[in-house]
Amino acid sequence: MTNRLSPFLAVMMLLGFVFLYGPIASVIVYSFNASRLVTVWAGFSTHWYGELMHNEQIKTAAAVSFEIAVMAATGALILGTLAGFVLSRYRRFVGRTVFGALITGPLVMPEVITGLSLLLLFVALEQAIGWPQGRGIPTIVIAHITLGMAYVSVVVEARLSSFDRSLEEAALDLGARPAKVFFVITLPLIAPALVAGWLLAFTLSLDDLVIASFTTGPSATTLPMVIFSSVRLGVSPQINALATILLVVVACAVLIAGRLVARTRRPARA
Amino acid sequence: MSWRRYLVALPPYAWLALFFLVPFLIVLKISLADQAMGIPPYTPLLADGTLHASGANYQFLASDSLYARAYLNSIWFAASATLGCLLIGYPLAYAIVRAPSRWRNALLLLVILPFWTSFLIRVYAWIGLLKSNGFINNVLIDIGLVHTPLTLLNNSFSVYVGLIYSYLPYMVLPLYAALEKLDPALLEAAADLGCRPSRAFWRVTVPLSMPGIVAGALLVFIPMCGEFVIPDLLGGPSTLMIGHVLWDEFFTNRDWPLAAAVAVAMLVLLVLPMVFLRRYLTGEERA
Repeated sequence: MTNRLSPFLAVMMLLGFVFLYGPIASVIVYSFNASRLVTVWAGFSTHWYGELMHNEQIKTAAAVSFEIAVMAATGALILGTLAGFVLSRYRRFVGRTVFGALITGPLVMPEVITGLSLLLLFVALEQAIGWPQGRGIPTIVIAHITLGMAYVSVVVEARLSSFDRSLEEAALDLGARPAKVFFVITLPLIAPALVAGWLLAFTLSLDDLVIASFTTGPSATTLPMVIFSSVRLGVSPQINALATILLVVVACAVLIAGRLVARTRRPARA
Repeated sequence: MSWRRYLVALPPYAWLALFFLVPFLIVLKISLADQAMGIPPYTPLLADGTLHASGANYQFLASDSLYARAYLNSIWFAASATLGCLLIGYPLAYAIVRAPSRWRNALLLLVILPFWTSFLIRVYAWIGLLKSNGFINNVLIDIGLVHTPLTLLNNSFSVYVGLIYSYLPYMVLPLYAALEKLDPALLEAAADLGCRPSRAFWRVTVPLSMPGIVAGALLVFIPMCGEFVIPDLLGGPSTLMIGHVLWDEFFTNRDWPLAAAVAVAMLVLLVLPMVFLRRYLTGEERA
Protein backbone atom coordinates (compact mmCIF):
# COMPACT_ATOMS: atom_id res chain seq x y z
CA MET A 1 0.00 0.00 0.00
CA THR A 2 1.36 3.41 -0.90
CA ASN A 3 -1.46 5.68 0.12
CA ARG A 4 -0.78 8.79 2.17
CA LEU A 5 -0.74 8.81 5.92
CA SER A 6 -3.98 10.44 7.09
CA PRO A 7 -3.86 12.76 10.14
CA PHE A 8 -5.90 10.22 12.11
CA LEU A 9 -3.37 7.45 11.40
CA ALA A 10 -0.45 9.75 12.19
CA VAL A 11 -1.97 10.52 15.58
CA MET A 12 -2.63 6.81 16.26
CA MET A 13 0.97 6.03 15.37
CA LEU A 14 2.26 8.78 17.63
CA LEU A 15 0.12 7.51 20.53
CA GLY A 16 1.35 3.98 19.89
CA PHE A 17 4.97 5.07 20.14
CA VAL A 18 4.27 7.18 23.24
CA PHE A 19 2.74 4.05 24.81
CA LEU A 20 5.80 1.97 23.84
CA TYR A 21 8.46 4.47 24.89
CA GLY A 22 6.85 6.51 27.68
CA PRO A 23 7.50 3.95 30.43
CA ILE A 24 11.09 3.38 29.28
CA ALA A 25 11.70 7.14 29.18
CA SER A 26 10.30 7.54 32.70
CA VAL A 27 12.79 4.98 34.06
CA ILE A 28 15.69 6.81 32.42
CA VAL A 29 14.56 10.26 33.59
CA TYR A 30 14.01 9.18 37.21
CA SER A 31 17.38 7.44 37.35
CA PHE A 32 18.89 10.96 37.37
CA ASN A 33 16.61 12.15 40.17
CA ALA A 34 18.37 13.43 43.30
CA SER A 35 15.51 12.39 45.58
CA ARG A 36 15.13 8.95 47.11
CA LEU A 37 11.39 9.27 46.48
CA VAL A 38 11.25 8.05 42.94
CA THR A 39 8.23 10.11 41.97
CA VAL A 40 9.24 13.53 43.30
CA TRP A 41 11.70 15.42 41.12
CA ALA A 42 14.43 17.02 43.23
CA GLY A 43 17.04 18.00 40.67
CA PHE A 44 19.55 16.28 38.43
CA SER A 45 22.04 13.91 40.04
CA THR A 46 24.17 10.90 39.14
CA HIS A 47 24.18 9.85 42.79
CA TRP A 48 22.38 6.53 42.15
CA TYR A 49 24.89 5.50 39.52
CA GLY A 50 27.68 6.01 42.06
CA GLU A 51 25.76 3.99 44.62
CA LEU A 52 25.18 1.24 42.05
CA MET A 53 28.93 0.96 41.46
CA HIS A 54 29.37 0.12 45.16
CA ASN A 55 26.57 -2.46 45.30
CA GLU A 56 28.52 -5.73 45.49
CA GLN A 57 25.41 -7.93 45.22
CA ILE A 58 24.38 -6.35 41.92
CA LYS A 59 27.94 -6.41 40.54
CA THR A 60 28.36 -10.11 41.36
CA ALA A 61 24.98 -10.97 39.87
CA ALA A 62 25.76 -8.97 36.73
CA ALA A 63 29.01 -10.91 36.29
CA VAL A 64 27.17 -14.24 36.75
CA SER A 65 24.47 -13.23 34.26
CA PHE A 66 27.04 -12.06 31.72
CA GLU A 67 29.02 -15.32 32.00
CA ILE A 68 25.85 -17.40 31.58
CA ALA A 69 24.63 -15.30 28.64
CA VAL A 70 27.93 -15.58 26.73
CA MET A 71 28.11 -19.37 27.17
CA ALA A 72 24.40 -19.90 26.47
CA ALA A 73 24.42 -17.69 23.36
CA THR A 74 27.49 -19.47 21.97
CA GLY A 75 26.01 -22.92 22.60
CA ALA A 76 22.67 -21.83 21.17
CA LEU A 77 24.42 -20.41 18.11
CA ILE A 78 26.18 -23.71 17.31
CA LEU A 79 23.19 -25.98 17.91
CA GLY A 80 20.69 -23.51 16.45
CA THR A 81 22.73 -23.07 13.26
CA LEU A 82 22.87 -26.84 12.77
CA ALA A 83 19.11 -27.05 13.40
CA GLY A 84 18.35 -24.17 11.02
CA PHE A 85 20.52 -25.82 8.39
CA VAL A 86 18.69 -29.12 8.81
CA LEU A 87 15.29 -27.43 8.65
CA SER A 88 16.00 -25.46 5.49
CA ARG A 89 18.10 -27.97 3.53
CA TYR A 90 16.92 -31.45 4.43
CA ARG A 91 13.35 -31.32 3.25
CA ARG A 92 12.67 -34.95 3.82
CA PHE A 93 14.08 -37.31 6.41
CA VAL A 94 12.85 -39.73 9.01
CA GLY A 95 11.51 -37.76 11.96
CA ARG A 96 11.46 -34.34 10.31
CA THR A 97 8.00 -33.49 11.67
CA VAL A 98 9.11 -34.41 15.18
CA PHE A 99 12.28 -32.37 14.69
CA GLY A 100 10.31 -29.30 13.55
CA ALA A 101 7.91 -29.59 16.48
CA LEU A 102 10.78 -30.03 18.95
CA ILE A 103 12.76 -27.05 17.71
CA THR A 104 9.81 -24.65 17.82
CA GLY A 105 8.50 -26.13 21.08
CA PRO A 106 10.50 -23.86 23.40
CA LEU A 107 9.12 -20.83 21.51
CA VAL A 108 5.48 -21.55 22.37
CA MET A 109 5.91 -23.25 25.76
CA PRO A 110 5.07 -21.08 28.78
CA GLU A 111 8.29 -20.36 30.68
CA VAL A 112 7.03 -21.79 33.97
CA ILE A 113 6.55 -25.20 32.31
CA THR A 114 9.96 -25.19 30.59
CA GLY A 115 11.63 -24.17 33.84
CA LEU A 116 9.87 -26.74 36.00
CA SER A 117 10.43 -29.59 33.54
CA LEU A 118 14.15 -28.87 33.19
CA LEU A 119 14.58 -28.66 36.95
CA LEU A 120 12.86 -32.04 37.41
CA LEU A 121 15.14 -33.49 34.72
CA PHE A 122 18.26 -32.21 36.50
CA VAL A 123 17.05 -33.63 39.82
CA ALA A 124 16.26 -36.99 38.21
CA LEU A 125 19.66 -37.06 36.44
CA GLU A 126 21.47 -36.29 39.66
CA GLN A 127 19.68 -39.17 41.38
CA ALA A 128 20.31 -41.56 38.51
CA ILE A 129 23.87 -40.82 37.36
CA GLY A 130 25.17 -38.27 39.88
CA TRP A 131 25.32 -35.42 37.36
CA PRO A 132 24.79 -32.49 37.62
CA GLN A 133 25.93 -32.23 41.22
CA GLY A 134 23.66 -29.55 42.55
CA ARG A 135 22.44 -26.73 40.37
CA GLY A 136 23.95 -23.42 39.40
CA ILE A 137 25.60 -21.80 36.41
CA PRO A 138 25.93 -24.99 34.27
CA THR A 139 22.28 -25.95 34.63
CA ILE A 140 21.09 -22.40 33.79
CA VAL A 141 23.37 -22.43 30.72
CA ILE A 142 21.83 -25.72 29.53
CA ALA A 143 18.31 -24.32 30.02
CA HIS A 144 19.16 -21.11 28.16
CA ILE A 145 20.81 -23.00 25.28
CA THR A 146 17.58 -24.98 24.83
CA LEU A 147 15.54 -21.77 24.68
CA GLY A 148 18.06 -19.77 22.63
CA MET A 149 18.70 -22.40 19.93
CA ALA A 150 15.03 -22.26 18.93
CA TYR A 151 15.35 -18.55 18.19
CA VAL A 152 18.72 -18.96 16.41
CA SER A 153 17.34 -21.74 14.20
CA VAL A 154 14.41 -19.54 13.10
CA VAL A 155 16.75 -16.69 12.15
CA VAL A 156 19.24 -18.99 10.38
CA GLU A 157 16.53 -20.90 8.53
CA ALA A 158 15.04 -17.63 7.23
CA ARG A 159 18.45 -16.49 6.00
CA LEU A 160 19.29 -19.83 4.37
CA SER A 161 16.01 -20.06 2.50
CA SER A 162 16.52 -16.60 0.94
CA PHE A 163 20.04 -17.18 -0.29
CA ASP A 164 21.50 -18.06 -3.65
CA ARG A 165 22.43 -21.75 -3.76
CA SER A 166 24.33 -21.39 -7.04
CA LEU A 167 27.39 -20.12 -5.14
CA GLU A 168 27.53 -23.37 -3.18
CA GLU A 169 26.93 -25.41 -6.32
CA ALA A 170 29.75 -23.58 -8.12
CA ALA A 171 32.15 -24.42 -5.30
CA LEU A 172 31.03 -28.06 -5.38
CA ASP A 173 31.52 -28.16 -9.17
CA LEU A 174 35.04 -26.81 -8.71
CA GLY A 175 35.77 -29.79 -6.47
CA ALA A 176 35.39 -28.43 -2.94
CA ARG A 177 34.23 -30.96 -0.39
CA PRO A 178 30.83 -30.26 1.32
CA ALA A 179 32.42 -29.43 4.66
CA LYS A 180 34.77 -26.94 3.01
CA VAL A 181 31.87 -25.36 1.09
CA PHE A 182 30.01 -24.91 4.36
CA PHE A 183 32.88 -23.16 6.13
CA VAL A 184 34.21 -21.11 3.18
CA ILE A 185 31.00 -20.18 1.32
CA THR A 186 27.88 -20.77 3.41
CA LEU A 187 29.04 -19.58 6.80
CA PRO A 188 30.37 -16.15 5.66
CA LEU A 189 27.17 -15.57 3.66
CA ILE A 190 24.88 -16.22 6.62
CA ALA A 191 27.19 -14.35 9.05
CA PRO A 192 24.69 -11.48 9.65
CA ALA A 193 22.03 -13.99 10.68
CA LEU A 194 24.55 -15.61 13.01
CA VAL A 195 25.35 -12.25 14.62
CA ALA A 196 21.64 -11.48 15.02
CA GLY A 197 20.96 -14.98 16.39
CA TRP A 198 23.80 -14.81 18.89
CA LEU A 199 22.65 -11.40 20.13
CA LEU A 200 19.06 -12.62 20.40
CA ALA A 201 20.10 -15.64 22.46
CA PHE A 202 22.39 -13.41 24.54
CA THR A 203 19.69 -10.87 25.43
CA LEU A 204 17.13 -13.64 26.09
CA SER A 205 19.52 -15.26 28.56
CA LEU A 206 20.45 -11.94 30.18
CA ASP A 207 16.77 -11.12 30.63
CA ASP A 208 15.36 -14.45 31.80
CA LEU A 209 13.96 -14.63 35.31
CA VAL A 210 11.54 -17.56 35.33
CA ILE A 211 13.58 -20.39 33.79
CA ALA A 212 16.75 -19.35 35.64
CA SER A 213 14.87 -19.27 38.98
CA PHE A 214 13.75 -22.87 38.48
CA THR A 215 17.07 -24.25 37.25
CA THR A 216 19.46 -22.46 39.60
CA GLY A 217 20.71 -23.53 42.99
CA PRO A 218 21.99 -21.61 46.01
CA SER A 219 25.35 -21.00 44.30
CA ALA A 220 24.21 -18.78 41.45
CA THR A 221 22.04 -15.64 41.56
CA THR A 222 21.49 -13.86 38.25
CA LEU A 223 20.83 -10.18 37.68
CA PRO A 224 17.10 -10.56 36.92
CA MET A 225 16.68 -12.43 40.22
CA VAL A 226 18.28 -9.55 42.14
CA ILE A 227 16.19 -6.99 40.23
CA PHE A 228 13.03 -9.03 40.80
CA SER A 229 13.49 -9.42 44.55
CA SER A 230 14.31 -5.74 44.99
CA VAL A 231 11.39 -4.63 42.78
CA ARG A 232 9.05 -6.76 44.88
CA LEU A 233 10.02 -4.56 47.83
CA GLY A 234 9.20 -1.40 45.87
CA VAL A 235 10.58 1.01 43.31
CA SER A 236 14.17 2.02 43.97
CA PRO A 237 16.30 4.66 42.27
CA GLN A 238 19.25 2.26 42.08
CA ILE A 239 17.19 -0.11 39.96
CA ASN A 240 16.32 2.84 37.70
CA ALA A 241 20.02 3.52 37.22
CA LEU A 242 20.73 -0.15 36.52
CA ALA A 243 17.82 -0.31 34.10
CA THR A 244 19.12 2.73 32.23
CA ILE A 245 22.57 1.16 31.82
CA LEU A 246 21.03 -2.10 30.56
CA LEU A 247 18.73 -0.24 28.16
CA VAL A 248 21.59 1.74 26.65
CA VAL A 249 23.81 -1.34 26.26
CA VAL A 250 21.07 -3.41 24.62
CA ALA A 251 19.89 -0.57 22.36
CA CYS A 252 23.46 -0.02 21.10
CA ALA A 253 23.99 -3.74 20.48
CA VAL A 254 20.70 -4.04 18.56
CA LEU A 255 21.38 -0.97 16.43
CA ILE A 256 24.85 -2.25 15.51
CA ALA A 257 23.47 -5.70 14.68
CA GLY A 258 20.66 -4.10 12.67
CA ARG A 259 23.23 -2.18 10.64
CA LEU A 260 25.26 -5.34 10.02
CA VAL A 261 22.25 -7.31 8.87
CA ALA A 262 20.94 -4.48 6.67
CA ARG A 263 24.33 -3.93 5.03
CA THR A 264 24.83 -7.54 3.99
CA ARG A 265 21.24 -8.11 2.97
CA ARG A 266 21.28 -5.63 0.07
CA PRO A 267 23.97 -7.22 -2.12
CA ALA A 268 22.44 -10.66 -1.59
CA ARG A 269 19.19 -9.53 -3.20
CA ALA A 270 20.79 -7.80 -6.20
CA MET B 1 19.67 -39.22 3.08
CA SER B 2 23.35 -39.92 3.59
CA TRP B 3 24.89 -40.73 6.97
CA ARG B 4 26.70 -37.40 6.86
CA ARG B 5 23.39 -35.55 6.96
CA TYR B 6 22.31 -37.50 10.00
CA LEU B 7 25.58 -36.47 11.60
CA VAL B 8 24.60 -32.79 11.14
CA ALA B 9 21.06 -33.34 12.43
CA LEU B 10 22.11 -35.45 15.39
CA PRO B 11 23.51 -32.85 17.86
CA PRO B 12 20.48 -30.52 17.89
CA TYR B 13 18.10 -33.49 17.72
CA ALA B 14 19.73 -35.28 20.64
CA TRP B 15 19.94 -32.05 22.65
CA LEU B 16 16.24 -31.32 22.21
CA ALA B 17 15.24 -34.89 22.94
CA LEU B 18 17.23 -34.85 26.19
CA PHE B 19 16.47 -31.31 27.37
CA PHE B 20 12.99 -30.71 25.97
CA LEU B 21 11.19 -34.00 25.37
CA VAL B 22 12.43 -36.18 28.24
CA PRO B 23 11.74 -33.47 30.87
CA PHE B 24 8.02 -33.60 30.01
CA LEU B 25 7.94 -37.33 30.63
CA ILE B 26 9.54 -36.71 34.00
CA VAL B 27 6.97 -33.99 34.77
CA LEU B 28 4.24 -36.47 33.92
CA LYS B 29 5.84 -39.10 36.14
CA ILE B 30 6.28 -36.79 39.13
CA SER B 31 2.74 -35.44 38.83
CA LEU B 32 1.64 -38.97 39.79
CA ALA B 33 3.81 -39.05 42.92
CA ASP B 34 3.11 -37.66 46.39
CA GLN B 35 4.77 -34.82 48.22
CA ALA B 36 7.35 -36.01 50.75
CA MET B 37 9.73 -34.50 53.26
CA GLY B 38 13.29 -34.78 52.03
CA ILE B 39 15.39 -34.22 48.96
CA PRO B 40 13.94 -34.47 46.36
CA PRO B 41 10.57 -33.67 47.96
CA TYR B 42 8.48 -36.37 46.30
CA THR B 43 7.91 -40.08 46.71
CA PRO B 44 9.54 -42.54 44.29
CA LEU B 45 7.16 -43.99 41.73
CA LEU B 46 8.73 -47.41 41.89
CA ALA B 47 9.52 -48.72 45.36
CA ASP B 48 9.93 -52.32 46.56
CA GLY B 49 9.17 -53.48 43.06
CA THR B 50 5.64 -52.09 43.00
CA LEU B 51 4.18 -49.09 41.22
CA HIS B 52 3.03 -46.23 43.46
CA ALA B 53 1.19 -43.97 41.08
CA SER B 54 -1.81 -41.98 42.16
CA GLY B 55 -4.08 -39.47 40.53
CA ALA B 56 -4.50 -37.68 43.86
CA ASN B 57 -2.88 -34.48 42.58
CA TYR B 58 -5.26 -34.30 39.66
CA GLN B 59 -8.24 -35.01 41.90
CA PHE B 60 -7.09 -32.17 44.12
CA LEU B 61 -6.79 -29.80 41.14
CA ALA B 62 -10.32 -30.69 40.08
CA SER B 63 -11.82 -30.41 43.57
CA ASP B 64 -10.31 -27.09 44.67
CA SER B 65 -12.01 -24.26 42.79
CA LEU B 66 -8.88 -22.10 43.12
CA TYR B 67 -7.25 -23.89 40.20
CA ALA B 68 -10.24 -23.73 37.88
CA ARG B 69 -10.62 -20.05 38.73
CA ALA B 70 -6.94 -19.34 38.02
CA TYR B 71 -7.17 -21.23 34.73
CA LEU B 72 -10.31 -19.36 33.59
CA ASN B 73 -8.83 -16.09 34.83
CA SER B 74 -5.71 -16.66 32.72
CA ILE B 75 -7.76 -17.34 29.60
CA TRP B 76 -9.94 -14.29 30.23
CA PHE B 77 -6.97 -11.97 30.86
CA ALA B 78 -5.03 -13.33 27.88
CA ALA B 79 -8.03 -13.14 25.53
CA SER B 80 -8.90 -9.56 26.56
CA ALA B 81 -5.27 -8.45 26.39
CA THR B 82 -4.91 -10.08 22.95
CA LEU B 83 -7.89 -8.01 21.80
CA GLY B 84 -6.28 -4.94 23.37
CA CYS B 85 -3.02 -5.63 21.52
CA LEU B 86 -5.01 -5.89 18.31
CA LEU B 87 -6.88 -2.61 18.91
CA ILE B 88 -3.63 -0.72 19.54
CA GLY B 89 -1.41 -2.71 17.20
CA TYR B 90 -3.62 -2.62 14.11
CA PRO B 91 -3.69 1.18 13.66
CA LEU B 92 0.04 1.24 14.44
CA ALA B 93 0.90 -1.40 11.82
CA TYR B 94 -1.50 0.22 9.32
CA ALA B 95 0.10 3.63 9.85
CA ILE B 96 3.62 2.22 9.38
CA VAL B 97 2.59 0.55 6.11
CA ARG B 98 1.17 3.86 4.86
CA ALA B 99 4.13 5.94 6.02
CA PRO B 100 6.64 7.15 3.40
CA SER B 101 8.78 4.18 2.36
CA ARG B 102 12.06 5.71 3.54
CA TRP B 103 10.70 5.88 7.11
CA ARG B 104 9.21 2.40 7.18
CA ASN B 105 12.27 0.43 8.25
CA ALA B 106 13.13 2.95 10.96
CA LEU B 107 9.55 2.89 12.29
CA LEU B 108 9.55 -0.90 12.29
CA LEU B 109 12.85 -0.94 14.18
CA LEU B 110 11.27 1.42 16.74
CA VAL B 111 8.51 -1.15 17.30
CA ILE B 112 10.99 -4.02 17.70
CA LEU B 113 13.50 -2.21 19.91
CA PRO B 114 11.50 -2.35 23.17
CA PHE B 115 11.10 -6.11 22.65
CA TRP B 116 14.90 -6.47 22.86
CA THR B 117 15.18 -4.50 26.08
CA SER B 118 14.66 -6.14 29.43
CA PHE B 119 11.14 -7.45 29.91
CA LEU B 120 11.46 -7.22 33.69
CA ILE B 121 12.46 -3.56 33.50
CA ARG B 122 9.61 -2.70 31.15
CA VAL B 123 7.13 -4.22 33.60
CA TYR B 124 8.87 -2.49 36.49
CA ALA B 125 8.56 0.87 34.71
CA TRP B 126 4.77 0.65 34.99
CA ILE B 127 4.92 0.38 38.80
CA GLY B 128 6.48 3.84 38.93
CA LEU B 129 3.86 5.21 36.54
CA LEU B 130 0.76 3.59 38.05
CA LYS B 131 1.24 3.62 41.83
CA SER B 132 -0.89 5.92 43.96
CA ASN B 133 1.83 8.60 44.23
CA GLY B 134 3.18 7.73 40.78
CA PHE B 135 3.55 9.79 37.62
CA ILE B 136 0.04 9.35 36.20
CA ASN B 137 -1.75 10.11 39.47
CA ASN B 138 0.49 13.15 40.06
CA VAL B 139 -0.35 14.54 36.63
CA LEU B 140 -4.09 13.87 37.06
CA ILE B 141 -4.08 15.65 40.43
CA ASP B 142 -1.96 18.56 39.15
CA ILE B 143 -4.33 19.33 36.30
CA GLY B 144 -7.27 18.98 38.69
CA LEU B 145 -8.95 16.05 36.99
CA VAL B 146 -9.10 14.03 40.21
CA HIS B 147 -8.65 15.01 43.86
CA THR B 148 -7.70 11.70 45.41
CA PRO B 149 -5.29 9.33 43.68
CA LEU B 150 -6.90 6.58 41.59
CA THR B 151 -6.11 2.95 42.32
CA LEU B 152 -4.30 1.97 39.16
CA LEU B 153 -1.88 -0.65 40.49
CA ASN B 154 -2.34 -4.20 41.82
CA ASN B 155 -5.68 -4.72 40.15
CA SER B 156 -6.89 -6.14 36.86
CA PHE B 157 -6.34 -2.79 35.10
CA SER B 158 -2.60 -2.84 35.73
CA VAL B 159 -2.39 -6.49 34.63
CA TYR B 160 -4.10 -5.61 31.33
CA VAL B 161 -1.74 -2.68 30.82
CA GLY B 162 1.29 -4.86 31.55
CA LEU B 163 0.16 -7.68 29.24
CA ILE B 164 -0.75 -5.38 26.33
CA TYR B 165 2.42 -3.34 26.73
CA SER B 166 4.76 -6.33 26.90
CA TYR B 167 3.29 -8.25 23.96
CA LEU B 168 2.42 -5.39 21.59
CA PRO B 169 5.55 -5.79 19.37
CA TYR B 170 4.73 -9.49 18.81
CA MET B 171 1.32 -8.42 17.50
CA VAL B 172 2.49 -5.53 15.31
CA LEU B 173 5.04 -7.53 13.31
CA PRO B 174 2.67 -10.15 11.79
CA LEU B 175 0.04 -7.44 11.21
CA TYR B 176 2.61 -5.34 9.38
CA ALA B 177 3.71 -8.31 7.26
CA ALA B 178 0.09 -9.01 6.25
CA LEU B 179 -0.82 -5.37 5.55
CA GLU B 180 2.34 -4.74 3.54
CA LYS B 181 1.34 -7.45 1.05
CA LEU B 182 -2.07 -5.88 0.42
CA ASP B 183 -2.38 -4.61 -3.15
CA PRO B 184 -3.46 -0.92 -3.20
CA ALA B 185 -5.19 -1.55 -6.53
CA LEU B 186 -7.89 -3.45 -4.62
CA LEU B 187 -8.72 -0.36 -2.56
CA GLU B 188 -8.66 1.80 -5.68
CA ALA B 189 -11.04 -0.62 -7.37
CA ALA B 190 -13.37 -0.43 -4.36
CA ALA B 191 -13.24 3.39 -4.48
CA ASP B 192 -13.91 3.45 -8.24
CA LEU B 193 -16.96 1.30 -7.70
CA GLY B 194 -18.28 3.85 -5.23
CA CYS B 195 -17.27 2.26 -1.94
CA ARG B 196 -16.58 4.70 0.89
CA PRO B 197 -13.08 4.38 2.48
CA SER B 198 -14.43 3.20 5.85
CA ARG B 199 -16.50 0.50 4.16
CA ALA B 200 -13.54 -0.51 1.98
CA PHE B 201 -11.47 -0.84 5.14
CA TRP B 202 -13.93 -3.26 6.72
CA ARG B 203 -14.78 -5.16 3.53
CA VAL B 204 -11.32 -5.33 1.89
CA THR B 205 -8.43 -4.44 4.21
CA VAL B 206 -9.54 -6.29 7.35
CA PRO B 207 -10.48 -9.60 5.64
CA LEU B 208 -7.25 -9.62 3.64
CA SER B 209 -5.15 -8.97 6.74
CA MET B 210 -6.85 -11.83 8.63
CA PRO B 211 -3.80 -14.13 8.39
CA GLY B 212 -1.77 -11.47 10.22
CA ILE B 213 -4.49 -11.04 12.86
CA VAL B 214 -4.63 -14.81 13.44
CA ALA B 215 -0.83 -15.17 13.52
CA GLY B 216 -0.43 -12.29 15.96
CA ALA B 217 -3.21 -13.48 18.26
CA LEU B 218 -1.84 -17.03 18.38
CA LEU B 219 1.66 -15.72 19.01
CA VAL B 220 0.72 -13.68 22.09
CA PHE B 221 -2.09 -15.76 23.62
CA ILE B 222 -0.18 -18.76 25.08
CA PRO B 223 2.70 -16.82 26.68
CA MET B 224 0.17 -14.37 28.14
CA CYS B 225 -1.79 -17.25 29.73
CA GLY B 226 1.33 -18.66 31.37
CA GLU B 227 2.66 -15.27 32.46
CA PHE B 228 4.18 -15.07 35.93
CA VAL B 229 6.08 -11.79 36.19
CA ILE B 230 3.22 -9.47 35.16
CA PRO B 231 0.53 -10.75 37.59
CA ASP B 232 3.16 -10.94 40.34
CA LEU B 233 4.50 -7.40 40.01
CA LEU B 234 1.43 -5.55 38.72
CA GLY B 235 -1.44 -7.75 39.90
CA GLY B 236 -3.25 -8.18 43.18
CA PRO B 237 -5.23 -10.86 45.01
CA SER B 238 -7.99 -10.79 42.40
CA THR B 239 -5.69 -11.38 39.42
CA LEU B 240 -4.55 -14.93 40.11
CA MET B 241 -3.20 -16.58 36.96
CA ILE B 242 -2.25 -20.19 36.34
CA GLY B 243 1.47 -19.55 35.75
CA HIS B 244 1.62 -17.80 39.10
CA VAL B 245 -0.19 -20.70 40.79
CA LEU B 246 2.42 -23.14 39.44
CA TRP B 247 5.22 -20.88 40.73
CA ASP B 248 3.61 -20.65 44.20
CA GLU B 249 3.05 -24.41 44.48
CA PHE B 250 6.69 -24.94 43.63
CA PHE B 251 8.54 -22.14 45.45
CA THR B 252 6.20 -21.29 48.34
CA ASN B 253 4.47 -24.59 49.17
CA ARG B 254 7.37 -26.73 47.90
CA ASP B 255 4.80 -29.19 46.57
CA TRP B 256 6.67 -30.41 43.50
CA PRO B 257 4.19 -33.14 42.48
CA LEU B 258 1.27 -30.70 42.58
CA ALA B 259 3.27 -28.13 40.57
CA ALA B 260 3.99 -30.88 38.04
CA ALA B 261 0.29 -31.73 37.86
CA VAL B 262 -0.52 -28.04 37.21
CA ALA B 263 2.08 -28.07 34.41
CA VAL B 264 0.52 -31.17 32.82
CA ALA B 265 -2.95 -29.64 33.10
CA MET B 266 -1.72 -26.42 31.46
CA LEU B 267 -0.12 -28.43 28.69
CA VAL B 268 -3.24 -30.50 27.99
CA LEU B 269 -5.88 -27.80 28.47
CA LEU B 270 -4.01 -24.82 27.06
CA VAL B 271 -0.89 -25.42 24.97
CA LEU B 272 -1.98 -28.45 22.95
CA PRO B 273 -5.40 -27.00 21.95
CA MET B 274 -3.68 -23.80 20.82
CA VAL B 275 -1.06 -25.73 18.82
CA PHE B 276 -3.81 -27.69 17.04
CA LEU B 277 -5.84 -24.52 16.51
CA ARG B 278 -2.81 -22.85 14.95
CA ARG B 279 -2.20 -25.81 12.67
CA TYR B 280 -5.87 -25.85 11.67
CA LEU B 281 -6.06 -22.10 10.98
CA THR B 282 -2.74 -21.72 9.17
CA GLY B 283 -3.29 -24.93 7.21
CA GLU B 284 -6.63 -23.60 6.01
CA GLU B 285 -5.08 -20.36 4.81
CA ARG B 286 -2.51 -22.16 2.73
CA ALA B 287 -5.15 -24.21 0.95
